[in-house]
Amino acid sequence: MAKNIVLRSEHISRILDTEALPVTLVKEASVELRTHEFTAIKGPSGSGKSSLLYLLGLLDRPTAGKIFIDDTDITGFTDKKLAEIRLEQMGFVFQFHFLLPEFTSLENIMIPMQRLGKLNDAQIKKAASEKLEKLGLIDHMHKLPSQLSGGQRQRVAVARALANNPRMIFADEPTGNLDTESSKTVQDILKQLAHDDGCAVVAVTHDPEFAKNCDRIITIIDGRVVV
Amino acid sequence: MRLLIFIALKHLLARKRQSLVSLMGIILGVAFFLAISSLMQGSEKDFIKRLVDNSPHITISDEYRTPRIQPAEKLYPDAMVAVSNVKPLTEERGIRGFEKILGTLKSINGLAASPVLLGQGIITYAGQEKGITLNGMIPEEIDKVSTIRDYMVEGSLDKLFGNPDGILIGINLAKDLSLKLNDTMTIVSPNGDIKRFKIVGIFKTGRGGYDRGQGFANLKRVQTLLDRPNRINSILVKLDNPQRALDLSKNIERQIGYKSESWQEQSADLMNTLSIRNKIMYTVVSAVLIVAAFGIYNVISTVVMEKHRDIAILKSIGFQGEDIRRIFLIQGVLLGVAGNMIGLPIGMAMMRVLGNIKFKPPGSSDVIFMPVSWGFEQFAIAAAFAMVASILAAYLPARKGAKLMPVDVLRGGS
Repeated sequence: MAKNIVLRSEHISRILDTEALPVTLVKEASVELRTHEFTAIKGPSGSGKSSLLYLLGLLDRPTAGKIFIDDTDITGFTDKKLAEIRLEQMGFVFQFHFLLPEFTSLENIMIPMQRLGKLNDAQIKKAASEKLEKLGLIDHMHKLPSQLSGGQRQRVAVARALANNPRMIFADEPTGNLDTESSKTVQDILKQLAHDDGCAVVAVTHDPEFAKNCDRIITIIDGRVVV
Repeated sequence: MRLLIFIALKHLLARKRQSLVSLMGIILGVAFFLAISSLMQGSEKDFIKRLVDNSPHITISDEYRTPRIQPAEKLYPDAMVAVSNVKPLTEERGIRGFEKILGTLKSINGLAASPVLLGQGIITYAGQEKGITLNGMIPEEIDKVSTIRDYMVEGSLDKLFGNPDGILIGINLAKDLSLKLNDTMTIVSPNGDIKRFKIVGIFKTGRGGYDRGQGFANLKRVQTLLDRPNRINSILVKLDNPQRALDLSKNIERQIGYKSESWQEQSADLMNTLSIRNKIMYTVVSAVLIVAAFGIYNVISTVVMEKHRDIAILKSIGFQGEDIRRIFLIQGVLLGVAGNMIGLPIGMAMMRVLGNIKFKPPGSSDVIFMPVSWGFEQFAIAAAFAMVASILAAYLPARKGAKLMPVDVLRGGS
């Protein structure tokens, strides 16, 4: 299985301007994300794990350094262009499920597809149902997030991340809020997405068990990548 | 766009009570705007109609706006000569060459003109004497320039046609002198001539002074009484479109020289009052809608605040700032449209109810309806104002939502 580099960062830093002193969140981090690979970003609390993930996921801009996708330098792209890349190529799973509370499971998954606008309504509904089925949630498709358990919500969130068949999946402590069983399920799903579907999956975690389960571990301490 | 509308609608429906309250604000704003403006417009139109209908649109009189220059001043325009106590030449008053002027006027489209000789007379009857302003008119032309026919309570204007000595007088005068229909009376002119007139009609306009002091008679008869054969001193003009009066009167005056006054000029002070009243009305009614707009602002900015997390999620999914702005603007539009859809019919119903209210003004014997007038433009103004207010109220929070950085929210956790 060839592991191709999809995203690469070169010495990216993120310095947050606060009223008191500038805080360095990430310092000169150079990392690569590859297809078919489940990567963990590990480190103590406040070490800059999530900040690095947000930079790689184009939710934040580095104050220095460059980010390449398929060798294209996207550092200077406009917000609009970055949003398009996120829509088409990236999926996100957060610690708190972050589902839209007014929408059913099915609708939550359909929204990214509708925004992308490549399929018609019937196709979108079918594709969204398939995602739910894949994650064993087909019986819960018309339920609101408030009617689901924590593990079910997180699986819906994973299904939403998969909506537009992204090449990269970014997960920020995806199991941090789940019981052991649900945590295992979500981990297995993410692993499967990397190995079977060829996604570049990167997950922030401070759980050593979770990290052990990954193909590669990036350790970050005080904003610096150490391994 | 359909997706954005769907999301916007879900947001509004998720907080039904708040949305309903702000919707009520717009509904009431639109409805009251319509009801009050129709009432104000109605009363204004009613007022102007009375003003316009009951008076000629343009009155040409045998006067000049600027006094004539004395021959000495004409001869020595720059000289330091003052001639005092100069009495103007005695000339017979009246509009000279009025037939020609009438011919010119009648060639203008949508214009009716009729000559009048106005003069004073004294009625002597049963030992009493009363002054009267005689309107010597061509009976067949009275309808073209006057609405007196609408106010006839006894007899008929048509009876003037066959009766050269017929006269129409006001009800107050008739009462004061105990005169009745078909009675005859004597009118004395300022130069002592006496003629007998037969009352062929009595009118009641509701204006006390008018009903006491005016009389309509045959032009020839009045000319004979006042000893001014073939003379007139006034031309009354009615227009199909009364709004043209101001411009047209200026043109006429420029052409013929005689003072030509439009109804607007004659009632300039009243027109000013009306225009001030209009401004006050629109300010007050707009205030209602502005208050409603604050309701919308309140709801949408609350939604934006509560939805920080959702905005961050949508942005992380790949929604752009513009999409977020649109979602919240659409909420403003939806509230505006719904407010209009409910508010306009309610406003219309309120107009109907107002229009059916009968009342009797103090001192009047007639029962009248509330004057309500509504036109397309009022609906358009109310709808447009409500829409603009809703969109503006939604714009500020929408812009704030669009600017939100997802990472700021995500960093803060849930």
